[in-house]
Amino acid sequence: MKFNDALSGFLLLLLALAVLFNISSFPTIPGQNIGPAAFPGLLAWLLLLCSVLLIVRSFRTSVRSPLIELGAWIRSPYHLRNFAITTGCLLFYILASDFLGFLICAFAILCTMFWALQVRSRLIVPIALMVPLLIHTIFYKGLRVPLPWGILLPLQW
Amino acid sequence: MTTAVLLQALGLVLDPYVLLVIFCSALFGLFVGCIPGLTATMATALLVPITFFMPPVPAVAAIVTATAMAIFSGDIPGALLRIPGTPASAAYTDESYRMTLKGQAELALGAGLVFSAIGGLFGTIVMILFSPALAEIALKFSSFEYFWLVVLGLAGAVFIGNASVLKACISLLLGLLIACIGLENPAAHPRFTMGLPQLMSGVELIPMMVGMFAISELLRYITNMDPPAVIAVNKIGNIFSGMWDLLRKYRWPLVRGSALGTIIGIQPGSGADMASWMSYAMSKKFSKEPEKFGTGHVEGIVESGAANNSSLAGAWIPAIVFGIPGDSITAIAIGVLYLKNMNPGPMIFVNNPENIYAIFLVFILANIIMIPLGWLTVKIATKILKVARNILMPTILLFCIVGSFAINNSVWGVVLILFFGLAAFVFEENGFPVAPAILGVVLGTMMEENFVTSMIKSDGDPWVFFTRPIAMWLALATFVILLWPVFTWAVNKLRGQPA
Repeated sequence: MKFNDALSGFLLLLLALAVLFNISSFPTIPGQNIGPAAFPGLLAWLLLLCSVLLIVRSFRTSVRSPLIELGAWIRSPYHLRNFAITTGCLLFYILASDFLGFLICAFAILCTMFWALQVRSRLIVPIALMVPLLIHTIFYKGLRVPLPWGILLPLQW
Repeated sequence: MTTAVLLQALGLVLDPYVLLVIFCSALFGLFVGCIPGLTATMATALLVPITFFMPPVPAVAAIVTATAMAIFSGDIPGALLRIPGTPASAAYTDESYRMTLKGQAELALGAGLVFSAIGGLFGTIVMILFSPALAEIALKFSSFEYFWLVVLGLAGAVFIGNASVLKACISLLLGLLIACIGLENPAAHPRFTMGLPQLMSGVELIPMMVGMFAISELLRYITNMDPPAVIAVNKIGNIFSGMWDLLRKYRWPLVRGSALGTIIGIQPGSGADMASWMSYAMSKKFSKEPEKFGTGHVEGIVESGAANNSSLAGAWIPAIVFGIPGDSITAIAIGVLYLKNMNPGPMIFVNNPENIYAIFLVFILANIIMIPLGWLTVKIATKILKVARNILMPTILLFCIVGSFAINNSVWGVVLILFFGLAAFVFEENGFPVAPAILGVVLGTMMEENFVTSMIKSDGDPWVFFTRPIAMWLALATFVILLWPVFTWAVNKLRGQPA
C-alpha cells in the first residue's frame, strides 16, 4: 500500500503537532532551563520541518501519483486474505491466550495459517500439534517461561 | 592483552556449553541465511529471546556465530535460485547465478565461502587491534564528546547510502521520538505513555526488533506474488578446487574488499548489505577486466563476499567501545549486552576484559568453523532450498510470539510485535528505511542524557559543545557529513551551468 508522499507528509505533520501539543503540558524543572519537554520538542520541530519538505517535494515532482496506490497483492484475494489471517492470528493470540492458553491458541493459529498457505491437508493437524508441544517444552520446561495454560490448567504438566 | 586475561577468555570460550551454543547457532545461521526471505538480522532477532536465558559470553557468541554464517549462507540461494538469501548477497546474486548457468556453481560458492571466512577474519583482526586503543581514547570522553559521537553516528546512518535522505531523516526522528516514551529520561517525567502502564518503562527493544525484522519479513512473504524459483543445478561438486589460484590472483581485491567492508561496518547505520554493494562497485571500477562483470565473473564475488563478512566485525567496534551500533545486528546485540550487565563503553575493557576477549575469540572461531560447516551446507543446499516454506513461516510466527512474550512474561510483547511489524511493513513499502529508526531508538536515550547533562554542566551555554578539543573535531566531522549533500549539490549546480 503506497501513500502519496504528500499524504505521508501530512500524517507526519499531524504527528509532530500532536507531540508539540502534548509536551506543552510537561512541567519545568525549577532552576534549570532544560526540562523533559526540551528534547522531544526539538525532535518534533525537526519532524515538522521534514514533513513540510516532504509535502513540498511531492508537489514539485511532475509525475502525479494517486493519494493511495494499492499494491498488486491487495487486489489478489488470496494474498489479501492471507495478510488478514496473519495479522488476525496475532490479534487472536493477544486477546485469547490468557483464557485459552498457549497450547490451544498455538494449535489454532498453526492450523489456520497452514490451511491458508495450502499445506497438504493430511499434514496440517499432526504438525500443528507437534510444533506447539515442542516450543512449549523448550520455553516452558527448558527456559522456564510461564506460558499461559488457560483452560488446560487442570492438565498442567 | 595480558596472558592471564587471554587464558581466562579462552577458558570461557572452550567451555563445552559455549561450544555447543556456537555449533547450534552456526547451524541455525546457515539454515536461516540459506532460506530466501529470512535475513541475518531476523536470525538475530529470533535468537535474542533464547539468549535472554544464557550467561553473557554464550549469548553474544550465539549472535556473532549465527550472523557470520547467515551472511555467507545467503550466497547459496543467490547462486542456485537467483534470489539472495540475505540482502547482503544481493549485490552479486546475478553474477553468481550466471556462473552457475555456465557450469561454475562450485567456483561461485567456493569463492563465497572461502573469501567470506577470510574477510571475516580480516575484520576480526582489525577489531582486536583497534578496539582497545580506541577505548583508551574513549576513556577521556565526557558528555560533550559522547553527544557528538551519537550525532555523528546518526548523521552517518541518514546521509550515507540512503536513496532518500529526507525519508531516512524522518525514520530516524520517529525512532528518537519512540525512545522518548516512558519515564527513563533525565527529568523522570512520564512522557507519551497514553495512560498505559506498560509504556512507563518505555518501548521494549527486543519485541520491537522482532516485529520490525521478523513479523514484517513474514508479511512480505505472505504478500509476495513472485512465482516460485527453480533450482538451477542438482549436484554440486568440490567447491574448494581452484581457490588457491583465486587467492593468488585476487589478493589485492580481497584486501581492498575486506578493508572497505570493515570501514563500512564501523560506520553506524550501514551494514553488510551496503558493504557488499559498495565493494562490488569498487571491484568493477578497479578491475583489469571490468567488461567481464555481469557475465559470470568471479572477481566481484571475491571482493564483495569478503566485504560483507568483514563488515560484521567492523560493526562491533563502535558497539563495544562507545555503545553505538554499527548496523542493525549490533543494535540488537547492544540490547543483549545491557540485559547481561555488560554495558558497552570503554569501561568494559577495564571491568570485564575477559568477556571482551572471549567475544574476539568467538569471532575467530566462527570464521574458522564456517569453512567445514559451510561446505556441508552447500552439499545439502538443494535439500534445504526445498524445505516447505508454508510450514516454516507459520512456525516462525509462533516463535516470534513466544519470544516476545518471554521478555516480560506478558502478552504486551505480542502487541508490540504486531504494531511494529505492521509499521515496518508499511514503512518499507513507502520507501522509508527501517535501520535509521532502530538506531534512533537505541541511541535516543543516550543522546538525550548526554545533551541534558552537558547543558546543565555548561549552565545552558551551547558553545561549550564546540570549545573542548575532541568535541570540536567530532562536531566538525558531523557538520562535514551533514553538509556534504549540500556541497555536492552546489558543485553539480555550478558545473551544470554553461560557462
